[in-house]
Amino acid sequence: MLRAVFLLPLLCLALLSAPFAAHAVMEIQVVGGAANKIALAMLPFQVAPGQPAPGLAQIAGDDLKRSGQFNLIDTNGAPPTDLEQANVSVWRSKGAEALVAGQVTALPGGRFEVKFRLLDAIKQTQLAGFSYTISAAQWRATAHQIADIIYEKLTGAPGVFSSRIAYVQKQGKRYELKVADADGQNPRTVVRSGEPLISPMFSPDGASLVYVSFEDKKPVIYVQSLRDGGRRKTAAFKGSNSAPAWAPDGKRLAVVLTRDEASQIYLLNVDGSGLARLTHGGNIDTEPVFSPDGQTVYFTSDRGGSPQIYRVAVSGGEPKRLTFSGSYNVSPTISPDGRYLAYIGRENGRFRVVLHELANGQTRVLTDSARDESPSFAPNGQSVLYATVQGGQGVLGAVSLDGKTRARLSESGVDAREPDWGP
Amino acid sequence: MNKILGVVLLALTLSACGTKGTPATVEDRTGGATPTQTTGDGKPAGGAETTGLGATGVAGSSLDGSSDPRKNPASALSKRSIFFDYDSFVVKDEYRPVLEAHAGYLLSKRDAHVILQGNADERGSREYNLALGQKRAEAVRKALKVLGVSDAQMEAVSFGEEKPRNEADSEEAYAENRRVDIVYTDE
Repeated sequence: MLRAVFLLPLLCLALLSAPFAAHAVMEIQVVGGAANKIALAMLPFQVAPGQPAPGLAQIAGDDLKRSGQFNLIDTNGAPPTDLEQANVSVWRSKGAEALVAGQVTALPGGRFEVKFRLLDAIKQTQLAGFSYTISAAQWRATAHQIADIIYEKLTGAPGVFSSRIAYVQKQGKRYELKVADADGQNPRTVVRSGEPLISPMFSPDGASLVYVSFEDKKPVIYVQSLRDGGRRKTAAFKGSNSAPAWAPDGKRLAVVLTRDEASQIYLLNVDGSGLARLTHGGNIDTEPVFSPDGQTVYFTSDRGGSPQIYRVAVSGGEPKRLTFSGSYNVSPTISPDGRYLAYIGRENGRFRVVLHELANGQTRVLTDSARDESPSFAPNGQSVLYATVQGGQGVLGAVSLDGKTRARLSESGVDAREPDWGP
Repeated sequence: MNKILGVVLLALTLSACGTKGTPATVEDRTGGATPTQTTGDGKPAGGAETTGLGATGVAGSSLDGSSDPRKNPASALSKRSIFFDYDSFVVKDEYRPVLEAHAGYLLSKRDAHVILQGNADERGSREYNLALGQKRAEAVRKALKVLGVSDAQMEAVSFGEEKPRNEADSEEAYAENRRVDIVYTDE
């Protein structure tokens, strides 16, 4: 009798906390910024009644600020205006190199029409102008697209504000694989498990995730559709199956299997057929990643006596060593243009993100933390996402290639790890 | 006179013969550690039978009356974990008795199976640690194989850093997590 009475309040607590956890979002904080920022005046958009909050200019402005490459000129108090009426010379005198103005009008059926223009304040020419017809559900996505267009027109590089990240969160003994917007908003759980989940990676088209699950009491590789959540066991051979990486054509994976004793790299079609061994020997060969042209696999190997980064042709052959500094270099990832390698290097016991220019072998340490893991490049190659530990808690970090702009994504009470930056 | 002596001798002989069902015993009070200890029906050497007092040490048996040697806390079989140095997968000499004990058990019981679970401390890459744990499990598997254990009785798997025994952030915790656990599938 007493037991039943005690159990009821506990059940209520569990029910109450579950929905809260489902909506919990990671907080993003950015410090630093590029040496030379572009001065942009985002004029307040003309608003429509009933439009979602925060406003489009706010969301897009935050995106651009977080890139570290923009200095947003204070436009507080300026009246909403469209570009034809904007006093360009006033904003020019405040230092603006570019101006953005826009408007939202309400349409029947709860939809909205959005228009915006981007102006070069010095040449006084329009750089971009777009209009959209959207539902309220597409609000944030539209703001991110606007930010992407502004970013590309002013920096020359594509924006990544519409991209997504995948990561694993651990709370107690529960693991969740989540997909969220690049700013950490809109997290959605795609896998829940009582056993560890590691090594998620987006497919090149962003439609699927490959990951490793321990739900069968040993590591097994799954490929899961993000559209309908359906999944298949892609590699469940004898021994351990792990470290999956997509080939750029989305049709094959590189994986690590221990079926032939040591951890070795194999190539495999996504449907599980066509298994072919790529590396040989009794060493640890792991963490394969493909080059953007699909011809080379970079990986971690201890064949030289300590873990270092190597590369090998997909057609096979003798691997070539790339890292010679330090006794522990692991977790390679390649920039989308194939010019840079990023990896984790240990020095004096500290694990940090290293950037390595492939043409000349020059390296730069990008972070000053101590427990960094799992780096991946942004789709525009301008920054690196990674996992780290801050105050005893697992958090995600992002750092620009010049090391100057740093972001942190964290959620109180939850450990985040194993991130991947997808399209 | 000779007749009486004869009768006495005969009587003595008969009495000696009469006791042949009861062997003369010498009680061995020196303990039974010597391999020559015998039980009550052992063959005596040189006409003498010895009775040992049993093995040294306490041969504990579980309360349900079974005599599984793996449950004997004094036996090396009760040790199920082998610990490793940082970044290393070398099985240290101090674990030789443990390996020999488990090899002995597995050789004596051909239907017994073990899973060798390799683990690593949490520093560094998860995937590299998964491979390191696997290499540690493989090293133990090979050591058991050299002692004669069949491949069919063993499987090496790895949990990497994902299932730590000690989640603290200290050298002691890390050392506790750098290990291979010998897990019998029937326990």
